[in-house]
Amino acid sequence: MTTGHHQRSGASAPLRSTSGRENRSWALTRFDNRYTPYLVIAPFFVVFGIFGLYPLLYTAWVSLHDWQLIDGDQGFTGLDNYAKLLGDANFWNALGNTLSLFVLSTVPQLLAALGLAAVLDRGLRGRLFWRAGVLLPNVISVAAVALVFAQLYGRDFGVVNHLLGLVGIDPVDWHAETWASHLAISSMVMWRWTGYNALIYLAAMQSVPKDMHEAAVLDGASRWRSFWSITVPSIRPTILFTVITSTIGGMQLFVEPQLFDPGGTATGTGGSDRQFQTLVMYLYEKGFRLFDAGYSATIAWVLFLVVLVVAGVNFTVARRIASQG
Amino acid sequence: MVSVVTAPPAVQPGRDAKRRKASGDRAGPLLHALLVVVLAASVFPLYFSFVVASKDNSVLGEAVPPLTPGGNLIENITRVFDTVDFSLAMMNSLIVASTVAISNVLLGALAGFAFARLRFRGRNSLFLLVVGTSMVPAQLGVIPLYMLMSDLDWYGTLQAVIVPALIGAFSVFWMRQACEESVPYELIEAARVDGCSVLRTFWHVALPAVRPQAAVMGMFTFMTAWNDFFWPLIVLDPNDSPTVQVALSALASGYYTDYSLMLAGASLAVLPVVAIFILLSRQIVGGIMRGALKG
Repeated sequence: MTTGHHQRSGASAPLRSTSGRENRSWALTRFDNRYTPYLVIAPFFVVFGIFGLYPLLYTAWVSLHDWQLIDGDQGFTGLDNYAKLLGDANFWNALGNTLSLFVLSTVPQLLAALGLAAVLDRGLRGRLFWRAGVLLPNVISVAAVALVFAQLYGRDFGVVNHLLGLVGIDPVDWHAETWASHLAISSMVMWRWTGYNALIYLAAMQSVPKDMHEAAVLDGASRWRSFWSITVPSIRPTILFTVITSTIGGMQLFVEPQLFDPGGTATGTGGSDRQFQTLVMYLYEKGFRLFDAGYSATIAWVLFLVVLVVAGVNFTVARRIASQG
Repeated sequence: MVSVVTAPPAVQPGRDAKRRKASGDRAGPLLHALLVVVLAASVFPLYFSFVVASKDNSVLGEAVPPLTPGGNLIENITRVFDTVDFSLAMMNSLIVASTVAISNVLLGALAGFAFARLRFRGRNSLFLLVVGTSMVPAQLGVIPLYMLMSDLDWYGTLQAVIVPALIGAFSVFWMRQACEESVPYELIEAARVDGCSVLRTFWHVALPAVRPQAAVMGMFTFMTAWNDFFWPLIVLDPNDSPTVQVALSALASGYYTDYSLMLAGASLAVLPVVAIFILLSRQIVGGIMRGALKG
């Protein structure tokens, strides 16, 4: 039935029907070509806008209020929270800890990664095996890593203290002492990220023309010298990239120190004397333990500025170092 | 430098020999030993976690730390499931990580396809914007994000973790790269001439062409979502709706530290990710190194 009807109408006015259909399909195609691209990239911008950008900007607004996480807005207070923050010893302590942990974990880590990359760049049998091996720590969840390291760094029965004991060093109370805890937490960060950064450097090194190297070596330059004066300057953009990403990540250090705390996530103070409380941990404590959202937002916004400043400084320093050789 | 490169033919054989040595550039025993040490350090914490998980708690009080597995693995794992609702946590993590991975593959491939192969106004600047967003420390917006979830009544539900992660800048970046490498212009043109819409072209031409890269990216995203801790800790209820990582931290915050229990949990939690890593190590290593070059 349907087919017959269709055929008849098609036969009665073939010309008009075709041209109408063509018109419509042409318009549709034009519409498709012009707007579908925006439609398919839209989800990213929508998700980022709602769950990334909006909360970040709204943080600034919240920070200007006495705002309780559960009871909500208690009134505009201007810059009061910021004034309070500048006089808050716990804030300065957390800032100091964050910077200390950042320097302790990032500087040796990137240097070690550079060295490791240079080794991996040499002729090796079973390349994939070594590469995958150094990358493995990076895919392990921080929560699991932190639990293992908490045991390794135990005061009484930890493996690290046992090893130290073998060479005659007295047990260290890794959780209680400031420097010791910073070293322990930094080692955790290094463990997770050195191999990853080494692979990034390795990729960059392999795109440096080999003959530049060989020429230098033939010229009598030592391997060490040719590494610093040829390899390092030629992978400078990559080094700068890792410095920036490590800065952004390092300044927001949270999970490692949070779970290194014997009190676990219950307290969030980073040890009994806040000896390893970072800024994000302080933000978490204020916001989600004490429910002071306004103050927590203030910490977040100040931390944002600190990230910008530190990233800028690091970028400048790293650029200068990498271009010398 | 130049003089060496343009060396006269007379010294060519010697140069060639040296060159072969230089480019063969084999690492000596010392460097191999160094690599073995690095590798041991990479693997040791995992191995140790497994060792402790398979022992009775009392061995940790002995003078020498345990280095070989014991026979209590099953018992400790049973205790993990008795202490916290670990099967629920596993199920939740599986739901979250799979949904996030599938969504990132599809939405990332769509956007990546558009950025790589479609012509539209503002394409380059919009793509730069995507890349730029990955530099934004979005973690710092956590307070308003939490309030938003409360307003939506999403606290303690899995969508609070899933929806913000549905599509990330990395996925768009990665899939754009994949489309540029593997989707030939001619195929797109042919499909369009045949009257395929943009979406049909994507589905029948582009997506099949980038299947390998999409699979690796899906696994990447799965691992990242599986490992995520900060946001789930805040927005999920540790008792009612934990993911594996949240359950782990609950194991760690008991009244006394029970390392066999904690590390049995940790071993279970890393198992799926380590399995994926071993299966796909070639692709994962390759992916990171390729991403580094173009990033």
